[in-house]
Amino acid sequence: MEVGLNLKATELCLGLPGATVKSTGKRGFSETIDLKLKLQSNESDALDLKENMQNSSKEKAMLPPKDHINIKPPSKAQVVGWPPVRAFRKNIMSHQKSEESEKAACSGGAAFVKVSMDGAPYLRKVDLKMYKSYQELSDALAKMFSSFALGNYGTEGMIIDFMNERKLMDLLNSSEYVPSYEDKDGDWMLVGDVPWE
Amino acid sequence: MAYSFPEEVLEHVFSFLSSDRDRNAVSLVCKSWYDIERWCRRRIFVGNCYAVSPEIVIRRFPELRAVEMKGKPHFADFNLVPEGWGAYAYPWIAAMEEAYPFLEEIKLKRMVVTDESLELISKSYKSFKVLVLTSCEGFTTDGLASIAANCRHLRELDLRESEVEDLSGHWLSHFPDSCTSLVSLNMSCLGSEVSFCALERLVARSPNLRTLRLNRAVPLERLANLIRRAPQLVELGTGAYSAEIRSDTFSNLADAFSACKQLKALSGFWDVVPSYLPAMYSVCSGITSLNLSYAAIPSSDLVKLISQCQNLQRLWVLDYIEDSGLDALAASCKDLQELRVFPSDPFGAEPNVSLTEQGLVSVSEGCPKLESVLYFCRQMSNAALIAIAKNRPNFIRFRLCIIDPQAPDYLTLEPLDAGFGAIVEKCKELRRLSMTGLLTDRVFKYIGSHAKKLEMLSIAFAGDSDLGLHHVLSGCDSLRKLEIRDCPFGDKALLANAAKLETMRSLWMSSCSVSFGACKLLAQKMPRLNVEVIDERGPPDSRPEGCSVERAYVYRTVASRQRLDMPDFVWTHDEDSSLRYS
Repeated sequence: MEVGLNLKATELCLGLPGATVKSTGKRGFSETIDLKLKLQSNESDALDLKENMQNSSKEKAMLPPKDHINIKPPSKAQVVGWPPVRAFRKNIMSHQKSEESEKAACSGGAAFVKVSMDGAPYLRKVDLKMYKSYQELSDALAKMFSSFALGNYGTEGMIIDFMNERKLMDLLNSSEYVPSYEDKDGDWMLVGDVPWE
Repeated sequence: MAYSFPEEVLEHVFSFLSSDRDRNAVSLVCKSWYDIERWCRRRIFVGNCYAVSPEIVIRRFPELRAVEMKGKPHFADFNLVPEGWGAYAYPWIAAMEEAYPFLEEIKLKRMVVTDESLELISKSYKSFKVLVLTSCEGFTTDGLASIAANCRHLRELDLRESEVEDLSGHWLSHFPDSCTSLVSLNMSCLGSEVSFCALERLVARSPNLRTLRLNRAVPLERLANLIRRAPQLVELGTGAYSAEIRSDTFSNLADAFSACKQLKALSGFWDVVPSYLPAMYSVCSGITSLNLSYAAIPSSDLVKLISQCQNLQRLWVLDYIEDSGLDALAASCKDLQELRVFPSDPFGAEPNVSLTEQGLVSVSEGCPKLESVLYFCRQMSNAALIAIAKNRPNFIRFRLCIIDPQAPDYLTLEPLDAGFGAIVEKCKELRRLSMTGLLTDRVFKYIGSHAKKLEMLSIAFAGDSDLGLHHVLSGCDSLRKLEIRDCPFGDKALLANAAKLETMRSLWMSSCSVSFGACKLLAQKMPRLNVEVIDERGPPDSRPEGCSVERAYVYRTVASRQRLDMPDFVWTHDEDSSLRYS
């Protein structure tokens, strides 16, 4: 089929491979970041990147992008569609991962736990990572629920000034009451037996 | 006097031809054979829904019973095709409604299917039997309810990995009590809970049920009862495979499994608790296909399971299997034909598991029938690839994905040209290849010289110049689909090989160096190629001549090159030879 192409324009240099390896815009890995921001491919950028590529491939380092836009060094996750994992699979895996990290104590992030006190009108959430010992947790819980401690300790006929936190704390910490908890088997346990960690 | 067979005889002879290629060849013999063949063709496969129009298909094949079609290009799976690009099923469904009242099967892949389409399907065809939607999107569970309610002879409803808007699980309850024809039900991609009662009753009244793939919302405690009602199952996809460790649950499940003497394929295993895996041991010796690619199972438990499955032919697994698990696989499963290893943490900066190139080398050594591989890993070497090629010259599909796409040979720091070169040189039957790693034009020279049976090639972040693309287009005689992203390939190679593009189904190039001018020229010179410029930055002429387009999708077509459903970010050649732009 005669297509009448301008052959000169499309002339290819069919030399030995590797003979004339000019960088005609070899994309550095980092250039693929957020292509919407880049308005045109810049040959000189590509050239520089190619040289950098030779070096960095040894270091396996990520290049900072040569953009005018100020973006942080890209992590792999930002390259559109790379690695080529289908969205369906990605969603399933990230869903499973987040479930796992909810179950296990995660490194980093908070570990929120619901706390309810009988008779209190609403529950509270505490971040277990904020505390380093049972005492700290107990103090914090006491503070949280101090406003509800009305008449619960009135068995001895005491009238508690519920605004007076200090008195309440003394009460809670007195030897008549020891902090205990119900574990996942439904048993009441004494606080302190299991190390905090 | 020329004798010819009566039409009926020829029709009868043609009825034994199931392959499209054979039928196409038959149609080319002479006009009368063309005519006879087109009237008796019952099944059609359209690899690119835009390569042809519904009208053309209907005009040529008036008596179809089964239509299979693909829409978006493969890279759409990785979000490289913008939303709204196209591949709508509705125009096809609407056109076929009138033309094919006896249509029985519709199979679509990567197409946009609406509830409207599904409702139309359910109401238009009295004998509708098979609906398979692979990686489709655009519909909700309401559409499924229409299918369930109205398709009285439904045999297959398979929603492989489609994105369904899951409004509720109620759709399943729409199957009438009179529906007893189900052979295959795959709802694994759905999220919500269906009525377990309705599901159990459906399974119980479907004596021909061979394939049942549940979704994650079906708890393990329910599985035993379901399996009990279908001991004839050949393929089972479990729901969530986790429960509190209880011996009665376990033994119930183990009993149920042991009754399934025909079971060949297992999948599902969401949220798996490894202690429940032994419940399946009784069926393992018969299992030929195992899809554990959504299951986070540690290597040791995987090894225990796999070593029970001596007849395994296909394994899809996460990289938790590690090199040690793959060694065990190589030792136990001598019938293995296909292996896919998926990454458990694709975006993590550091490897989270001990899976390297060594695992693949082991399997290639130990499994003589291995012919198809998809392998995600974090390091590769030329030595390993060369060894793999030597071990396994019978590869048909070889897809390697190194997480860092330009990773060199980690031992020598050289490009992986030699390794992939060995693959194409030794594996003479190779039909599909995906490459990653640091690759120069050299690897493309090897591919062009050796990969004569290669039909599909996927390239990313590779090559140095147009020469690379030129080698591929000029050398790969059997090439049908070429998809390229982020490579320095551009105008020269494209224009020099314009004629080649008409022998292929399609070419995809994104983030390469193809200019708008070249696209215009290509479209002008090749009237049967649709050159779609997919660019979200506005009209291509508003940018300098040399500027590269974001994406070019080039495909051969006999339909109009100005498809009516083109969104505003797609530009194609205007038949008046002035380029259309909005």
